[in-house]
Amino acid sequence: MDILMYLKAFVVGGLLCVIGEVLVVKTKLTPARILVIYILTGVVLSAAGLYGPLADFAGAGATVPLTGFGHALSKGVIMAVQELGFLGAFTGGLTATAGGISAAVFFGTLVALCFKPKAKG
Amino acid sequence: MNRKNIHSDPKAYQTLADQVSPNSKMAQMLLRSFWVGGVICVLGQGLTDIGRLVLKLPSSAASTFASIVLVFLTALLTGIGIFDKIGQYAGAGSFVPISGFANAMVSPALEFRREGLVLGLAAKLFTIAGPVLVYGIGASVIVGLLYAIIRW
Repeated sequence: MDILMYLKAFVVGGLLCVIGEVLVVKTKLTPARILVIYILTGVVLSAAGLYGPLADFAGAGATVPLTGFGHALSKGVIMAVQELGFLGAFTGGLTATAGGISAAVFFGTLVALCFKPKAKG
Repeated sequence: MNRKNIHSDPKAYQTLADQVSPNSKMAQMLLRSFWVGGVICVLGQGLTDIGRLVLKLPSSAASTFASIVLVFLTALLTGIGIFDKIGQYAGAGSFVPISGFANAMVSPALEFRREGLVLGLAAKLFTIAGPVLVYGIGASVIVGLLYAIIRW
């Protein structure tokens, strides 16, 4: 528990969101496209060895945004290749992100079953 | 830009309108994205620390734990209709973090449930998450294959 880490998470996480907002306003890209761009950026930056240091520096400020999801995919696939060779290329990404994806599928289904849709206002 | 043709040329009109419209709206949206996105990440950091220090998880598992809790909270807030309000207020501040991924799954699933449990709820769960996963997983396989070739 380190107060400075929280400050860094706030600033870096906030800035990653600001970049997304600038993309929304300036390019009129839909959020879905921006999420795809973020995850691809995360995968590429992580594979190039640039995202790891950012995650060490900012903690959740780097891992909670969708670029962090891409980073987890890349990191997982590289670890799996070190362990299993070529096979790892097909197992590492999903293994590393299984928790978040399964949670989203499970809780998403549960909520969609238990709640009524709200009228759009 | 020739101001004279703004009445005949919609593009010229749009360009002029963009030039003269106040930037304060933009500044306000950026500020909102920044603080809401920052707060969600601080929450993620808190959850990661709980995972690491209280639940004694290794660091990658602690960050998975944080993602799972954030996904759960987002799903719940989407279900009771609060997340949509946060989204309208914060824009990218709410959809760039993992909460946006969870909301993008829950929201259409909830809305299209009446079209059935298979092609409604379950299929619509992946309207936005599907493309994100397709490109994310695809890119990770390419990274893995390239890395395996380099090591070979």
